[in-house]
Amino acid sequence: MTGMTAPTQAPPPSETTAEPAKRRRASSFDPNPAKAGIGTKIVLTLLCLTWLIPVIGTLVTSFRPLDDSNNSGWWTVLGSLGNLTFGNYQEAWTGSNFGNAFINSFAITLPATFIPLLIAAFAAYAFTFMEFKGRDVLFLTIVAMLVVPNYVALVPMLKIYGFLGMNGTFPAVWLAHIGFGMSLAIYILRNYMATLPKTIIESAKIDGASHFQTFYRLVLPMSTPALASFAIFQFLWVWNDLLVALVFIGPGDNEPVTLALTGLRGQLGQGWNLTTAGGFLTMVVPILVFLSLQRYFVRGMTAGAVKG
Amino acid sequence: MKLLSAVITVAAGIGAALALYWLLNKLAELMPTKWEERIKPFFYILPAYLAIIVYLVYPAIQTVVASFQDATSTEFIGLANYTQLLTSGAFQQTLVNTLLWILIVPATTVVLGLGVAVLADRLKPSAEKLAKTIIFMPMAISAVGAATVWRFIYATQPEGQAQIGILNAIWTKLGGSPVAWLQTSDFRFNSILLMIVLLWAQVGFAMVLLSAAVKGVPGDTLEAARIDGAGERQIFFQVVVPQIKGTIITVFITVTIAVMKIFDIVYVMTNGGFNTNVLGNEFFNQLNTNFNSGAAAAIVVMLMVAVVPIMIYQVRHFRREEANA
Repeated sequence: MTGMTAPTQAPPPSETTAEPAKRRRASSFDPNPAKAGIGTKIVLTLLCLTWLIPVIGTLVTSFRPLDDSNNSGWWTVLGSLGNLTFGNYQEAWTGSNFGNAFINSFAITLPATFIPLLIAAFAAYAFTFMEFKGRDVLFLTIVAMLVVPNYVALVPMLKIYGFLGMNGTFPAVWLAHIGFGMSLAIYILRNYMATLPKTIIESAKIDGASHFQTFYRLVLPMSTPALASFAIFQFLWVWNDLLVALVFIGPGDNEPVTLALTGLRGQLGQGWNLTTAGGFLTMVVPILVFLSLQRYFVRGMTAGAVKG
Repeated sequence: MKLLSAVITVAAGIGAALALYWLLNKLAELMPTKWEERIKPFFYILPAYLAIIVYLVYPAIQTVVASFQDATSTEFIGLANYTQLLTSGAFQQTLVNTLLWILIVPATTVVLGLGVAVLADRLKPSAEKLAKTIIFMPMAISAVGAATVWRFIYATQPEGQAQIGILNAIWTKLGGSPVAWLQTSDFRFNSILLMIVLLWAQVGFAMVLLSAAVKGVPGDTLEAARIDGAGERQIFFQVVVPQIKGTIITVFITVTIAVMKIFDIVYVMTNGGFNTNVLGNEFFNQLNTNFNSGAAAAIVVMLMVAVVPIMIYQVRHFRREEANA
């Protein structure tokens, strides 16, 4: 009612250019004909600027010599463009074995993202689509575990790992991240799977599909948005994790980038200008992951499945 | 060489996980049909349960026990840890601060995240991608990184020197004298500044989940509402919000729990000084500075108890949804 033109109303005659015609044609198959007004654009632009200012400040600082950034604000950089340097990046990269640390970070993060997703997807499927005794109680126990802060586990697990001789190995960190991320993963995936139309799963059952087939062929593809969302978060949390890596791996040959970064700061004392440069180096990978997974959040995935 | 061994380890780890499920499934299929149906769900949730028991349940039990023991976990001292903490004025302030975080941050995160998700949904795809990437970007920065980033906002230099924090630069331009923002505890102002850092870092999380839900709202329900003559605002509150209510609650609870455990931002930026302390930071200080594992454990137990109301709400909500399904 508020500002909505009735669909039958013809466009004003003054606007009979190609523009409105094109727009009308597009909306006939566009599932979301709502278009951004000027207000929407202004609000979003302001928000984005607010979000960007701290990052821009850091980016600028990462190219400035330490004296400059200690004595003048980063926004005055235009007055001293000649001083800009790659020195912080060079020092950050060579100061610690960054190439090696990147390999380690991947070796830690990839399994620590994939394995919990696999385990949680199976469990979420069982909690959503299978009938068994104590199902609700078992699920609620997992939700209850969301409240346990990770850090309570560090000391007891360190003792167990020491006993098993696992300290400093990749699997020690994988398993820890699997345990810590599991309850949230199951919670998010189950809540999403519960919104999937039950009729499809039932008709698959009638057609004689086993649970494994239903899971693999139907439920997994339909849960892509939730899987992609959780994959992004788990990847980021593990990639940016300092505490778990510090406790279970420690500085040395297997250290990830976060540890390398911290070590760098420690060695050089006043090294916070190197953290700006090193911080940007470590940010590149998570941003790329986000951009590449973003396209999986497609509208109408479930709706399409019902129709097909 | 390093690369090769890393690749082999990763492949072995992922392969082992896949093989585990293949084996469990085969094992279930080998059983008589009646047993297969009954045992399969438990096989599907078994690995998840193992992980949770080893990494959360067992340590949680250890923590509850430790909370009734002395600083070195050698002797049982009853409720002494709890009474000592709860009667200390500083700890009461810590509780008030934590409560403020819980009241302010989750609601604001959901509103901002939903706002960005819905507004960006109306942009053309390339602009939507850009806006969402910008809002999401802070998620890619670690806590140490975030503290470095916000240093350039909140930093204070003595009067007369050039300000390197943008907030003081603006403030002094307007004629004020430099303010030590993070030390200004009137009306918990500095705590709110720390909350802004967390909001900046977390809204991307809410946005991604809520955006996936908003896009999951079937287009034909929106179309039907439009044909019936509903305005965009009505569509949002009466068509979109009811359909994504589940995700909104998920995000709200997840953020609330994360806020209750908040540690790193406070630790890095003020370490709880100037009346900004929160439970997570106090836990860490009791453990690492005071070496009092009894008090540290008692704090964690209080946290877990504090979450019980949220849990009850969540359980009720869960039951209601199931009943409607």
